Amino acid sequence: MSLMASIIRRKILPENLGQNHLIIRTRALCYSSSSSPDKTEGNRSRSIEKILIANRGEIACRIIRTSKRLGIRTVAVYSDADEGGLHVKSADEAVRIGPPPARSSYLNASAIIQAAHRTGAQAIHPGYGFMSESAEFAQLCEAEGLTFIGPPASAIRDMGDKSASKRIMEAAGVPLVPGYHGNEQDIDFLKLEAEKIGYPILIKPTHGGGGKGMRIVHGPHEFVESILGAQREASASFGISTILLEKYITRPRHIEVQVFGDKHGNVLHLYERDCSVQRRHQKIIEEAPAPNVLNEFRSHLGEAAVSAAKAVAYHNAGTVEFIVDTLSGQFYFMEMNTRLQVEHPVTEMIVGQDLVEWQIRVANGEPLPLAQSEVPLSGHAFEARIYAENVSKGFLPAAGVVHHYHPVPSSPTVRVETGVEEGDTVSMHYDPMIAKLVVWGENRDAALVKLKDCLLKFQVAGLPTNISFLQKLANHWAFESGQVETHFIEHFKNDLFVDSTDAIAEETSNAAKLGASLVAACVCRQEQLALKDNFHGGDCLHSLWYAHPPFRVHHSARRTMELEWDVDSNGIDSKLLNLIVTYQSNGNYLIEIGDSDSPALEVRVAHIGHRDFRIDADGLSLDVSLALYSKDHVRHIHIWHGNNHHHFRQTVRHKQSTDDATDHKPSFEMASHPKGSVVAPMAGLVVKVLINEGQAVEDGQPVLVLEAMKMEHVVKAPCAGYVRDLRVAAGQQVLDTTVLLSIKND
Amino acid sequence: MEKFSIDPPKKRILPWSPSRRHRKKLRCISSEFQEHGWNPHSTPIPNRQGIVLAGGGSESVRRNRSRNKLLPRERIDRLLDPGSSFLELSQLAGHDLYDESLPSGGIITGIGPVHGRLCMFVANDPTVKGGTYYPVTVKKHLRAQEIASQCKLPCIYLVDSGGANLPRQADVFPDRDNFGRIFYNQAQMSADGIPQIALVLGSCTAGGAYIPAMADESVIVKGNGTIFLAGPPLVKAATGEEISAEDLGGATLHCKISGVSDHFADDELHGLAIGRHIVKNLHMAGKQRAMNSLSSSLRDYQDPLYDERELRSIAPTDHKQSFDIRPVIARIVDGSEFDEFKKLYGSTLVTGFARIFGQPVGIIGNNGILFTESALKGAHFIELCAQRNIPLIFLQNITGFMVGSRSEASGIAKAGAKMVMAVSCAKVPKVTIIVGGSFGAGNYGMCGRAYSPNFLFLWPTARISVMGGNQAAGVLAQIERSTKKRQGVEWSQEEEDKFKSKVVEAYEREASPYFSTSRLWDDGIIDPADTRKVVGLCLSASVKPVPDDTKYGVFRM
Repeated sequence: MSLMASIIRRKILPENLGQNHLIIRTRALCYSSSSSPDKTEGNRSRSIEKILIANRGEIACRIIRTSKRLGIRTVAVYSDADEGGLHVKSADEAVRIGPPPARSSYLNASAIIQAAHRTGAQAIHPGYGFMSESAEFAQLCEAEGLTFIGPPASAIRDMGDKSASKRIMEAAGVPLVPGYHGNEQDIDFLKLEAEKIGYPILIKPTHGGGGKGMRIVHGPHEFVESILGAQREASASFGISTILLEKYITRPRHIEVQVFGDKHGNVLHLYERDCSVQRRHQKIIEEAPAPNVLNEFRSHLGEAAVSAAKAVAYHNAGTVEFIVDTLSGQFYFMEMNTRLQVEHPVTEMIVGQDLVEWQIRVANGEPLPLAQSEVPLSGHAFEARIYAENVSKGFLPAAGVVHHYHPVPSSPTVRVETGVEEGDTVSMHYDPMIAKLVVWGENRDAALVKLKDCLLKFQVAGLPTNISFLQKLANHWAFESGQVETHFIEHFKNDLFVDSTDAIAEETSNAAKLGASLVAACVCRQEQLALKDNFHGGDCLHSLWYAHPPFRVHHSARRTMELEWDVDSNGIDSKLLNLIVTYQSNGNYLIEIGDSDSPALEVRVAHIGHRDFRIDADGLSLDVSLALYSKDHVRHIHIWHGNNHHHFRQTVRHKQSTDDATDHKPSFEMASHPKGSVVAPMAGLVVKVLINEGQAVEDGQPVLVLEAMKMEHVVKAPCAGYVRDLRVAAGQQVLDTTVLLSIKND
Repeated sequence: MEKFSIDPPKKRILPWSPSRRHRKKLRCISSEFQEHGWNPHSTPIPNRQGIVLAGGGSESVRRNRSRNKLLPRERIDRLLDPGSSFLELSQLAGHDLYDESLPSGGIITGIGPVHGRLCMFVANDPTVKGGTYYPVTVKKHLRAQEIASQCKLPCIYLVDSGGANLPRQADVFPDRDNFGRIFYNQAQMSADGIPQIALVLGSCTAGGAYIPAMADESVIVKGNGTIFLAGPPLVKAATGEEISAEDLGGATLHCKISGVSDHFADDELHGLAIGRHIVKNLHMAGKQRAMNSLSSSLRDYQDPLYDERELRSIAPTDHKQSFDIRPVIARIVDGSEFDEFKKLYGSTLVTGFARIFGQPVGIIGNNGILFTESALKGAHFIELCAQRNIPLIFLQNITGFMVGSRSEASGIAKAGAKMVMAVSCAKVPKVTIIVGGSFGAGNYGMCGRAYSPNFLFLWPTARISVMGGNQAAGVLAQIERSTKKRQGVEWSQEEEDKFKSKVVEAYEREASPYFSTSRLWDDGIIDPADTRKVVGLCLSASVKPVPDDTKYGVFRM
């Protein structure tokens, strides 16, 4: 089974096209035998041949990939910020739809529709985010004769309204979080309802979001005060003070079910995903299937999700989110996401299906390719989202240039979904996600081993990322044992964020010193190779000057290198490491760190690729990778060695302009005139006097304006002090070196 | 390639190479000399060098650092392309020459690449006697300029010197090859299109002020760099004016007012960075390398088949023992391939063609006393190389020309003169390595210092004198004895032995390579194991784009 699954799994990967076609054809046969031939005939003419992807980044690339495999032509749309982006390059055609802000581009429905018409696309895939959950847009597409690859507009609308969706779900028998969603807002009544539900209680405004007006109430004594507060806040924020009550789940898990429906009323589920580990209410590590879950629970969950989808006549891909109370083992419906989700690959990995392909085929009107009983479940998959963000600053999104991007290589069990390339900019206009790393293993443990390995080898430099945080998460004992829950990061924050016990600090410092030593050796090697190539000119004799090691008469060449290392990730405390490199006669580098008692390290470096080196140091052989780039006159050097990734900075001495010399006051003037005298730099006319006698002036403050040779020249105060002895007035002609005034300290 | 009309029919690897028998023989040679020669494990050179590399001692080094100044070799390292080689010259100049020690003669000189361009560096060592010029300092400075001029290398002067050493002014100031010659050379080289760049990193007083002033471009470092004809104390004495050094001749003054300097540097590192930029912008000035030069140098070359480190034990320390020069050649040339010329004729001189790092060279090595035939062969071979523009490598181990009636009658003086004529006039790059003895006229015929080879280096086993100590003692004793005899004084055997041993001792001392290198009779003592590298670097520095035409004088036939 697992072998089969892994073969199927390959189909989602771009490299195995040959095999894919085989599988697809087999599927197509299975499928056509199960449906009436005339219907297939009829559908064929309406099959999608060209898709416009109304999205950007990795999801656009992901959709383009499947489309290409299916022989469907693709149209990308892009804002000015994404010109030349990977999704633009990957598509057969691309249309500019507006300036960078999303509302003028990726949310600009008419521009997108126009682009579809212009390129002759028959269908629009909205991806996730942007237009994906806009019922209006879905409707507009259909009105314009374009297939919207997604659920019917009605389902989007039904599920988009939180209260409406809950009513529908309640009617369909899907379990809901116990609560009160009625119109009655009388406090005593509400308090009674609260007691029925049982404390702790969550008070939420019916409108709005973002946590505004939400209150957790632990007992009846707090209730009245909290209600009033919540109402006040809701009214202030949203203009409507209606609130609802819900049971507050102390240790919740976020488990969601992937559902799929076709236009023939078939709905099935593709098992669940656990997305409990979140920060800022956004998922960062997802997995499928959910850990520590019994099969019985799994099938109950799946059935509930299918009923939910059926209740809104759903077709295409959707996700039903449940909140699971880890204490009671109960699950409750939260909401349904009427789109393909970011984390859909983990499901694809365990069921061996391509969900984008399913979406297209369902949009074509084909029935689902599998029956519920045929859906395989094999192994375990993780997805880690790699974001450009400042973990230590509350996961604040970061923007910047991806100077170095070297993801792990893809394989049948490792997928990297990415929308950026080295040199691209992660702009602040959109989601700062750089890539999704998806791994599959025979079981959770095996998958987790792979996840950790891949995170270790995933190289991004140029802007802050959450990779090391993801590593900490993946290595945390509670995560390893599958004890995931929504408050996981909050709960274990002491383990996950920078810890500064002395033992650890010393260990980190030693690792950084080793990293710096290896950097020094690799940089020396790389520079020498670069120089040898640059000045070689086909002449062996000349390249002799760049021989390795460099020649010295009766001694060894040495060089020093200063590397700055951030002791903590906030960049507040940094340390300057002074490295002394001695080129040994055997070609090795002897690295010493100044002001350090650590012994000298002899390093042997072999260059094995663009930025990869094989190191031999202290009896240990290992591969390391380097990333070098310059930003704001600072040279940044990253090194990945063993389990470590270190970032060092080197201040580049930028060429200072000779104007700097003007800061140093010419002293000859002082010599021939009393100290503090300001003399005319040239003969000219005093146009303006900007100061008065006795006035206090700053160093460098303009004091008067001279006109000479048709140009105005500003005369500045040579030092701070008080204006004394002002000898000139506007309109007066002065000679070169005339004393204009003096600046005195008293 | 057309130049090589005599394309050797087959590459001949030196006979003691591939076959087992020969290898065995070679090993014999190696082990035999292991005990006599310069043992690679005993390190007399690095010890002396270690002292020299330490500069003017820890106290002055500390003082230097406290002024944010680097040591001269560190300064050069920062100017060189990172991780590139540096061919330092005459490290042991001034060694044991004066009562006080003068490490490296107070000045560091050498050749290295900046932005791929080979430059001559001349760096004062302020930790040694304040960087003042002793006679040998001047000599070393002038020698660096001579090489730069001959090889057309841009000169970078790292100035940090108190000027002429006043107590020794008589030996520093007045003569032709004294202090003034530095500026004369700067003018001549500048006229010749060889860039002259001065970085003023410290004081630059009196005559020294002319180094930046005469330069094509100069840089001065704020705070540390000063240029003036007379320092503040002298100014006060002369005119009564009281002024600080910085105001009198600092960076601001010279960059803004006087124009003596062109580039203002905030600190030393900035100044050195500007120095690199200047070289980057030299464009074609003094360009010594063109694609059509001796482009017959190969893209690829093979290392010698033998370990170069064995050179350390090849030359015996006992100069009466002769040794075959071919094992030396085998450890210097590409693939140990050597095509011998006139192998059977005049066999005490070994001549032939080879390549070093792909560069074709003609090699002339001694394998014993020079006879008439050997000298004629040498002259012939030099003419061949000059004709084809092939650089010459001389490997000196020569006790002299053969003496005696037969030899004189065969016209050995005439034959020697031919060789000297050929050596003097051949306008190809010449590099001389003295591996053993260098005595008498042999030194001349084999391109000694007087024949202006582009570079001349010594092995620690070198001995240089007009004749051997014993021979000299014998000649002198004979004269002494006849003088005494005329005076009727009895000269006992004991006294004669004492007399002789004194002469031998003096000759021994003065023939020492350390005696030579201290006086700059050469460009330095090298580790024999570095010979191939050093010769390669020298060739790289001396090969010219357009070969000079060789014209000979009258050969006595």
